[in-house]
Amino acid sequence: MRLQERSLVPSLQAPVEGVVSVSVYLKEPRFLKAGESCVVIEFADEINRAANDAVMNLRHSLENGGKLQIIECLPTYRSLAVYFDPLKVSCDNVIEGIKRELDHLSGQDGHTHKEISIPVCYGGEYGPDIKNVAEHAGITEEEVIRRHSARVCHCYMIGFVPGFAYLGGMDESIATPRLANPRTVIKGGSVGIAGKQTGIYPIDSPGGWQLIGRTPLRLFTPEAERPTLIDAGYGVRFVPVSGDEYKDIESLISAGTYKPVITEVKC
Amino acid sequence: MELEVIKPGMLTSVQDLGRWGFQASGVPVAGAMDLPALRIGNVMLGNPEGAAALEVTLLGPEISAIGSGLVVFAGAELGFTVNGRHVGSWNSLLLNDGDIISFSGPEGNGCRGYLCAAGGMDVPVVMGSRSTYMRAKIGGYQGRSLRTGDVLKIGEPDLLWKRTDGFTLPEDMRPDYFPDKPLLILAGLQEDAFTDDGIRTLFESEYTISSESDRMGCRFEGLQVQHKEAGADIVSDAIPLGAVQIPGHGKPIAMLADRQTTGGYTKIGVLTPASIQKLVQRMPGMKVRFAEASMSEAVEELAAEKDRLEKIKRLRASWVSRAGCTYSARPLSSHFIMTVNGEKYDVKCEEL
Repeated sequence: MRLQERSLVPSLQAPVEGVVSVSVYLKEPRFLKAGESCVVIEFADEINRAANDAVMNLRHSLENGGKLQIIECLPTYRSLAVYFDPLKVSCDNVIEGIKRELDHLSGQDGHTHKEISIPVCYGGEYGPDIKNVAEHAGITEEEVIRRHSARVCHCYMIGFVPGFAYLGGMDESIATPRLANPRTVIKGGSVGIAGKQTGIYPIDSPGGWQLIGRTPLRLFTPEAERPTLIDAGYGVRFVPVSGDEYKDIESLISAGTYKPVITEVKC
Repeated sequence: MELEVIKPGMLTSVQDLGRWGFQASGVPVAGAMDLPALRIGNVMLGNPEGAAALEVTLLGPEISAIGSGLVVFAGAELGFTVNGRHVGSWNSLLLNDGDIISFSGPEGNGCRGYLCAAGGMDVPVVMGSRSTYMRAKIGGYQGRSLRTGDVLKIGEPDLLWKRTDGFTLPEDMRPDYFPDKPLLILAGLQEDAFTDDGIRTLFESEYTISSESDRMGCRFEGLQVQHKEAGADIVSDAIPLGAVQIPGHGKPIAMLADRQTTGGYTKIGVLTPASIQKLVQRMPGMKVRFAEASMSEAVEELAAEKDRLEKIKRLRASWVSRAGCTYSARPLSSHFIMTVNGEKYDVKCEEL
C-alpha cells in the first residue's frame, strides 16, 4: 500500500512574467469552492507578479487583525486558500468577509515586503556544477556568480517539501538544463539552477539541479518558533561569501547567535 | 504508564488531529487518516479530542504495558487482543503492568484503527502537533513509524480514568465503514477543466482502489476522466484534505492526510468528511462509486459527528458516575453525573 516513491526533484514551473496569454483578474478574483472547509481566491490563471502581490496582501490582512474567523491561509503563485471551520462560520460568510477585506485593501497604498539576504559560498566543493552553468552560458564562473547574485528574486510560494521556496526572477542568461543523472543525496542548503529556476534545497534530498553553491543558513528548522527562514512574498538576495565566511556563519548558527539579515522594503 | 513495542506491526505511528497552521511553510498537515475514530477513542477515555494515539494499519503491533493505564482501540476491527483475550474495538479496559496487547488480524470491516490511552501519547509537540510526518521525519516518535524496543510515555490521564474501565460504545454509535452508498464529492476547484463526458464518467462508473495507495493518497483504477483541451496541468495551488485530483492519465487520486500542501494537477472537487473516513478504511481491490454532494450535506456530516461526540461524552460521564462505584479523590478536571435529591446534574470540573 504505497504510492510509488516520487522523485524528490522539484518539477517547477518557471515563473513567466509579461506573457501575453496571462489572464489576470485582480479586480474580480474568482472564488473556488474547495470542500466544506476551504475556499480558494484566485487572482490570475497563470504565474503573475501582480497576482502574487494581491495574494500576499490578502493573506496579510486576513492574518493580522482580520475580523474573519479562519484556521489558516495558504498562499500560492496566484491564489490564496483559506481554511475555516464551517461549524463556526459558513462558507458564504467567509466569502463575504473576504470580499470586504479586498474592498478595503483596494483603497490602500502599496505595502512593504521583506527582503532576506542568503549568504552563498559559490563553486568548489559546495557548487560542483558551476562549471556546467558557465560553459552553457559561455561565460566565466565569476560572471555566473555575479549574475546569480545581482538580482533580487521573488519568493512566490513555499511548497513541494517543507521550506522549499519557489523563486522567480533569476537572470535567464544563466539558465541551464538539469543534470542528466540526478544525484541521490544533495545536502540541505545547496543552491542550484534547473532551467530558468533557481532554488535552495531546504533539507537533504535527491535531485537533479545544477549545484552552484551552498548557504550555511538552515532554511527549515522544525523546532524553531518560525520553522522556515524564507516566507512567501519575500525578496531573496544571494550574497557571495568566501569559504572562511561560510564557516564563520556556520559556527554562529550552531551557537544560536546568528541573526539572518532581513530588511523591510517599500513596494 | 508506558508502552513498549515488542513488534511494530505493518505501519504504526503516532498521530493526532494534524499539524495545522504551517501549510504556508510547505509543511503537510498529516494526522490521523480516520479522524472521527481518533476523536471517539479519545472522548471515550476522557481525553481531549485531539490527544495523540497510535495509528495501526492492517496488521497491528505487539505492545507491552509498563505500569497501569486505560486504553481503547478505536476504528476498524483489527483483532485487538489483551493477554490472549479478544477485546475488539470500542471497548475500554484497564491495563496492568506486564499486560500484552496484540492484534489477531483484520476482521473485514476496515484497515485502520487507533490505540488510544488515557492521557494520550506523550511525544514532543512539534509545530503545534504530535503527528508523525514520516517523509520529512517531523513529529511523532523520532519522526518515524514505531520499531521494536521503542518506549512511549503516556500523559497524565483524566482523574476518573480507573472508573472508565469497561465503558463500551453502543452499537448504534459505531461508524459503519462500508455502507452500500457512494462516496460523496463536493464539486469545485478546477471542475471547469473537465468535459461533460468526463464528469459523467466519474459519477457514473465504478472505480477500484489501487494497491498504490498510502497515507498520502488513494489512487483509483477505472475509466479515464476526460479533460478539456487545456489539459491536466495547472499552476500549483493548494490541495485540501480529500481533494480529488485528476492528472493527465485521467484516473482520480484522493489526497489524504500526508498530501503535499500544493500541487499542479486539476482537482475536480473534494470528498466530504464522512466519505474520507469511509475511503481510508477501504482496502486495495475494493470498488467504489462517486456521487455529487451539496455544501449543506457536507457541513451536516460534520455537525452530526460533533453531536455524536457530545453524546459519547455524556454516556461516559454516566458510566463513571454509575451506582456501586465510589470515588473519594478530589474530582478535578473531569466530567460526571451527580444525583442530588433525585435530580441529575451534569458536572464538569476544571482546576482554576
